[in-house]
Amino acid sequence: MNKIIILGFLLMPFSLLLKNQGDNEIPITHSQSLKDGEAVYNKYCISCHQADGGGVPHMAPPLIQTKYVLGDKEDMIKIVLNGLKGVEINEQTYNNPMPPLGSVLKDKEIADVLSFVRNSFGNKASLVTVSDVKEVKIKQGKQ
Amino acid sequence: MKKNFLFSFLLAVAVVISIVSFKNISPQQKLPVPDADNAGLTLPSGFSAMIVADNIGEARHLAVTKEGNIYVKLGGVKNGNGILYLQDENNDGKMEKKTGFADYGGTGMALKNGFLYASSNTDVYRYKLNDKDEVEQANQPEKIISGLLDHGEHNSKSVTLDNDGNIYVNVGAYSNSCQEQDRVPGSMGIPGCPILDSAGGIWQFKSDKEDQHYGDGVHYATGLRNVVGLDWNQQTNALFVMQHGRDQLHDLFPKYYSTKQSAVLPAECMYEIHKGDNAGWPYIYYDQIQQKQILMPEYGGDGKKSADKKYLDPVEAFPGHLAPDGLLFYTGNQFPEKYKYGAFIAFHGSWNRSPEPQAGYFVVFVPFKDGKPSGKWEVFADGFAGEKQLSPGSAKHRPCGLAQGPDGSLYVSDDSKGTIYRIMYKK
Repeated sequence: MNKIIILGFLLMPFSLLLKNQGDNEIPITHSQSLKDGEAVYNKYCISCHQADGGGVPHMAPPLIQTKYVLGDKEDMIKIVLNGLKGVEINEQTYNNPMPPLGSVLKDKEIADVLSFVRNSFGNKASLVTVSDVKEVKIKQGKQ
Repeated sequence: MKKNFLFSFLLAVAVVISIVSFKNISPQQKLPVPDADNAGLTLPSGFSAMIVADNIGEARHLAVTKEGNIYVKLGGVKNGNGILYLQDENNDGKMEKKTGFADYGGTGMALKNGFLYASSNTDVYRYKLNDKDEVEQANQPEKIISGLLDHGEHNSKSVTLDNDGNIYVNVGAYSNSCQEQDRVPGSMGIPGCPILDSAGGIWQFKSDKEDQHYGDGVHYATGLRNVVGLDWNQQTNALFVMQHGRDQLHDLFPKYYSTKQSAVLPAECMYEIHKGDNAGWPYIYYDQIQQKQILMPEYGGDGKKSADKKYLDPVEAFPGHLAPDGLLFYTGNQFPEKYKYGAFIAFHGSWNRSPEPQAGYFVVFVPFKDGKPSGKWEVFADGFAGEKQLSPGSAKHRPCGLAQGPDGSLYVSDDSKGTIYRIMYKK
C-alpha cells in the first residue's frame, strides 16, 4: 500500500508535466483573463484563501498545489457554483464552508478567477474558459 | 468530643502555619533561567520568558498542576495521544518528560478539586487525579457530557468550572451570521435564528454527573456566536467569556462597509455572563468605535442603525477578528501588583482583515479593579508570529491557551507549532 503511494508521488511531477504541456506560454489574449481573474479573487476569495493562496489553518483550504486546484476543471467549476464543506488536505480538515457562488458570479468571472488561481501561487495548469463553465452548468441543468 | 476539638484545633493551626510559611517561601522560590532571547517574545520590562516544550502538536488549552507539571489538550490526536502530560525532571524549567493519553482531539482542559477535565468537539470527560495530580486510569475517564453539536464550523468546546460543582461549556454557532446561505454575499438572516436552540451559547452542567446531554444541562447564556476563551472570575464569582465576533462585513454587504471598516468591525467582546443573559448574535453586534450595539446587516442593519431590543453590553471591546482563544484571570503573587486579578487574553490572530494586514497573534492584559476593567487594555506579550504575517498560515506561532503556574508564572500554548511558553517576572 505504502509502495503504491510512494510510486504515485514519484510519478506525480511527470503526470503534471504531461498535463501542462502547451500551457507554459499563455497567449496575450489570455493575460487579460488572468488580470480580470485577480480582480475577482481580490473581491470574493481573498478573505478566506488569503493573498498568498495559503488559506487559513483548519478553516479555509490552501489553493497551492492541491488536486482541487490542479485537477479536473469540471470539479473546480462545481465547487465555485455549489460550494463545498469539510475538505481534508494532507490530514488537515478545513471547517468553514465555501459558499455557493453560482448566483453571485457571472460565467466569465468564474472562468477568469479559476484561470487566475490555476496560474498563481506557484500553480501551473490550463485556463478555464467561459464555455467550460457553461458546459458544467448545462450538465447540472442550471442553464 | 474534647479530643476531637483539640485535634481540629491543632489541625487548623498546622494548616495556617503551612499556608503562611508557603506564602513566605514562594516569592523566594528560584525561577528557572529564561531563554536568552526571551523565547523570541517582546514583554514589559522585568518580564522574561522561556520555551518549556516545543513541537508537541496543536497545543490548544492547558492546565498546570500544583506540582508545576502541565496537561495540554491537543487539537488533533498525535502519536496516539489527545492529551499530553509534561514533567520537569531536573528542575530546570524545561519539560523534558512527555507522556500522553486520550484518543480524541479537542480544546478544553481544566483542573478542579482533584479532577482533570477535557473536551472533544462533542463530549466532555474527566479523569481522577492522585495526590500528585497524576492520572492513574487514563483509559477510564468518566464521560460527563456527550452529544454536543459539531457541524464543523466553530466546533471547539472549551470548559471552565465554578466553586459550586458546575462546569460551563461553550457550543459555537455553526454559521457566521445565521444567513439563509452561510457566507453568501447579500444572503439575509433567517428570522428567529434556529441555530440558537442548541448552539451559539453557553451550557451549564454538573461537574460530577455521568452521561449528561443537552436536556440535563442549563442553557446558561445565548446570543454568543463562538466562545473559545472563558474563565471563572474568583473575585466576582461569575463567568467571563470572550466572543469571536462575526466575519466579512464588507465581503457580504459591501454597500454598507468599506474594507477598512470591515477590518476592525465588529468588536471582539468580553462579556460577564449571568444565567439567562443574551449577547444578541446574530441580530446585533457591538461597534467599539460608535460604542453601541448595531443591527446586523442580515437583519436590516446598515452599519448605523441600532437594534430596538437591548442586549447584553460587553465589559470590554477589542478590535475585530483578532480571535480571542484564551482567557485567564491572574490570581498569582509573582507578577507586580497591577496584574493581580486582571485578565490575560490570548489572541490567536486574524484572517479576515484583507486587504489590511492581518493582526493579533499576541497576549493582551486588561487591568481589573472590583471586578471591572479599570484601565485601557495593553499588549503584554508579542512576537509569536514572527516578523510579518502575510496570512495566518505563515504565522510561526499562534497563542491559544493560558494557564497559571503554582508560583504565579504565566503559561501560553501555541497550536501552530506546538510550543509552550512560560512567562516570569523578577524584581
